[in-house]
Amino acid sequence: MGSPTKSAAEHDEGAVGRRRFLTFLVAAPTLTLATTNLAPDGLDAAAAEAGVPGLPQPADIMDLGDVLILAGTPTANLLVLEVTEDGEAHFELPRAEVGQGITTAVAMLVAEELDLPLSKVRVRLADARPELLMNQLTGGSNTIRSVYGPVRRTAAAARARLVAAAGRRWDLSPDRLVTRDGAVVAPDGRTASYGSLTGLAATLPLQGLTAKPKPESEHTLVGTPTSRIDARAMVTGAMRYTLDLDVAGAKPTMVRRPPTINGTVRSVNNETAVRAMPGVIDLAVVPTGVAVMAETFGQALDAKDALDVTWNDGTVDALSDADIRKRLRAAALPFVVPPLLTRHVDAEFDFAFVSHAPLETNSAIADVRDDQAEIWAGLKSAIVAKQTIAAAIGLPEDRVTVHVRQSGGSFGRRLFFDGALEAAQISKAMARPVKLMWSRIDDMRHGRARPATHHKIRATYALGQVLTYEHRVAAVETDLRHGLGEILTATAARLPVAGNLSFAQTVFLTTVKVPYDFGVVTELLNEVPLKMHTASWRSVYSANTRGAEEILVDELANRMGKDPVAFRRAFLKTDRQRRVLDKVAAAGNWGRTMPAGFAQGVGFHDEYKSCTACLVEIDARDPGKPRVVRAVIAADVGRPINPRGLEAQLLGGLTDAISTTLRAGLHIDRGLPLEGSYSQFHYARQKDSPTDVRIFIMPADGEPGGAGELGVPAAVGAIANAYARATGTRPRSFPINFDVDFTPFPR
Amino acid sequence: MPTYTFAVNGKTVTVDAPADMPLLWVLRDKLGVTGPKYGCGIDVCKACTSHLDGEAVNPCVVPVSEAAGREVTTIEGLAEGDTLHPVQEAWLEEDVAQCGYCQPGQIMAAVALLRKNADPTDAEIDAIQNVCRCGTYFRIREAIKRAAAKM
Repeated sequence: MGSPTKSAAEHDEGAVGRRRFLTFLVAAPTLTLATTNLAPDGLDAAAAEAGVPGLPQPADIMDLGDVLILAGTPTANLLVLEVTEDGEAHFELPRAEVGQGITTAVAMLVAEELDLPLSKVRVRLADARPELLMNQLTGGSNTIRSVYGPVRRTAAAARARLVAAAGRRWDLSPDRLVTRDGAVVAPDGRTASYGSLTGLAATLPLQGLTAKPKPESEHTLVGTPTSRIDARAMVTGAMRYTLDLDVAGAKPTMVRRPPTINGTVRSVNNETAVRAMPGVIDLAVVPTGVAVMAETFGQALDAKDALDVTWNDGTVDALSDADIRKRLRAAALPFVVPPLLTRHVDAEFDFAFVSHAPLETNSAIADVRDDQAEIWAGLKSAIVAKQTIAAAIGLPEDRVTVHVRQSGGSFGRRLFFDGALEAAQISKAMARPVKLMWSRIDDMRHGRARPATHHKIRATYALGQVLTYEHRVAAVETDLRHGLGEILTATAARLPVAGNLSFAQTVFLTTVKVPYDFGVVTELLNEVPLKMHTASWRSVYSANTRGAEEILVDELANRMGKDPVAFRRAFLKTDRQRRVLDKVAAAGNWGRTMPAGFAQGVGFHDEYKSCTACLVEIDARDPGKPRVVRAVIAADVGRPINPRGLEAQLLGGLTDAISTTLRAGLHIDRGLPLEGSYSQFHYARQKDSPTDVRIFIMPADGEPGGAGELGVPAAVGAIANAYARATGTRPRSFPINFDVDFTPFPR
Repeated sequence: MPTYTFAVNGKTVTVDAPADMPLLWVLRDKLGVTGPKYGCGIDVCKACTSHLDGEAVNPCVVPVSEAAGREVTTIEGLAEGDTLHPVQEAWLEEDVAQCGYCQPGQIMAAVALLRKNADPTDAEIDAIQNVCRCGTYFRIREAIKRAAAKM
């Protein structure tokens, strides 16, 4: 066999073959790295007035984002920036773009530091780079937080070199030169474009050059609403996702999967007949099922459906929702505070499994040869993917090239690389390049999902104060084996948790915290390990955990005779949090009179150094068909890079919350989800979406916080609270309307 | 194998394909027209929405034989050269797309709606069933209204 085909990805980025000059790896001096501020943010005096201040929780001291940044710090500045002869800056981002807009935000940072028009900045997703160690994981709402400093320092270093080159050319001191619009400008008005300087700049010695990012007060692009750099490609159909690539010889391939999760192939009973079907090229048994390759996906789909396979049992064949719920209830740890001593509110909540259901199903291209392999896929944990795939196909890691493709949504799904691993196994088995696509049914039934959870909450109160607050979460185990274990191990000595906690408990404690002064607070996670396909789902534990808490907060307010907004105002810990709440209350006209069957609801959430409030209005005149008709959201993320992109993230979080609170979930029935497509898994459609949404971004004041997952938990609380007020019910099980209103597809 | 001739984005094409092969796979796998996306294969996610003689259809459930002699327009055929269709312009101005995977279908659905109804109400926009898993619906709605105003 010949060598693997050249990356198709490179052709459409147009960068190959161009001569590159200023290409260097910048390792900024360690001393220039800003130490992460580990102090709990602003437990200010005002907070003490209202509630009984509790001790800071672990996530107040150090959240998961801090952990990721800490683990990534040793390699944080190993970034690649090129300035080309035509005056463009090409930046390689070691993260995955899945729709969250990070390529645009990073391009803005580069453009800002280089004084270059945004249209001249190209951001490409880096291949898996094992030398980055733990610094190529896209998750925990951490991209902007982790790259904000390093990207600016790298671009500032490039700018300094270009200025030095101009100084050399004109025999002027660099400190007399300024940069503007992609050029260096001399005091006498002479200009030299970056393109004309890049060759000279590349030859300058590194010594003696100092570079510091601009003060944030001088930012002119960063912080202003900016449209996505990839938007035009998306609206014209030019955007090429994994399955749109034309890798020579990679033919459409699909897999016939078992009737229950993790079932395996015992025998294929009609291989000859299927091989004779029109278009069929090859067939192979792999650990996950039977792979069929054909000339078109239509034929591969027909062939896989025609397969007659005898299956071995899976890993959870006997399990259905009722059994899982029973196990979760049994697993929830007991409360400490007995209910008899004081007035209290108790509540229990259940949340169903939820598919990530990204519109682009699990998919990948793999070309595995005897001595090397090349992979293309949307990958948020590219290094772990590379290592795992190399081990699975028996090649040394450095013989496996892994290209990260921009992909059609993730919501946590692409932390894992099931499609890429499977494609590599099939390619090895067939000895051919493979273009693998999961069917929607398989993606929903055999793809990963957010685990079901059960919650018990107890709050005690007296004399207008909340004295204790306990939350026990029992969850089906969330698979975190996408590099997080290594990261937590590497940072263990610095983690603000003690005792023999599991990885999951550590992640729980570094992501979930109560934003209110509720006295003695304890939140504990206990997991039930079931061999199912799970993964973090946007906001990990917080959508359910904090969502349930926001519901309880409304009930507690009611018990204590307070309005939900006034109650939150009184018990929130900081003025910064209160400002966000006040914003939605004022803009959303909190408390306005609503017709029967309509109601307002409010929720608040604080994570990853950001906070947000959400106010919704719901039309629940028919409690079986409620619709959120209006939403007002405010967020303080410390420092927004692209407010327009941030609003998009909050809008997405709102829609996720509408879906999972009201209608979208998976029923597990005898070892398999019943839902197999969007006609059954009821993710919101246009008719479920509000016609009036207003989003307010608070002015910059500090470092960027995380924002990718921020929007979900507050909106979950707001929607459930609005539903409760509109219907006079107390929703306890989510999604609220969750009948099996369809005929499941055959197994 | 039968042969079918039809137009794709103004160009005449001829393909060999079984009569019942869904048009989506003819477009994507035989003709390399990758704008229409697979999302479900059963006409529920609508990610592949394209036009057949100007009407919105979902090629994942349209057999290629039905396209014979007709005009297929995909997202790639919507702009006139570098001049975008007003709906595409509106999509850029509202910065609708997040992951972008459903957006070709969303845009083609919106264009079909606006052809029939130049000034759609919220209820009429609600009738668009295309799934956007990133949840951009509000921006889609605003973009449709913006496009309607332009057109």
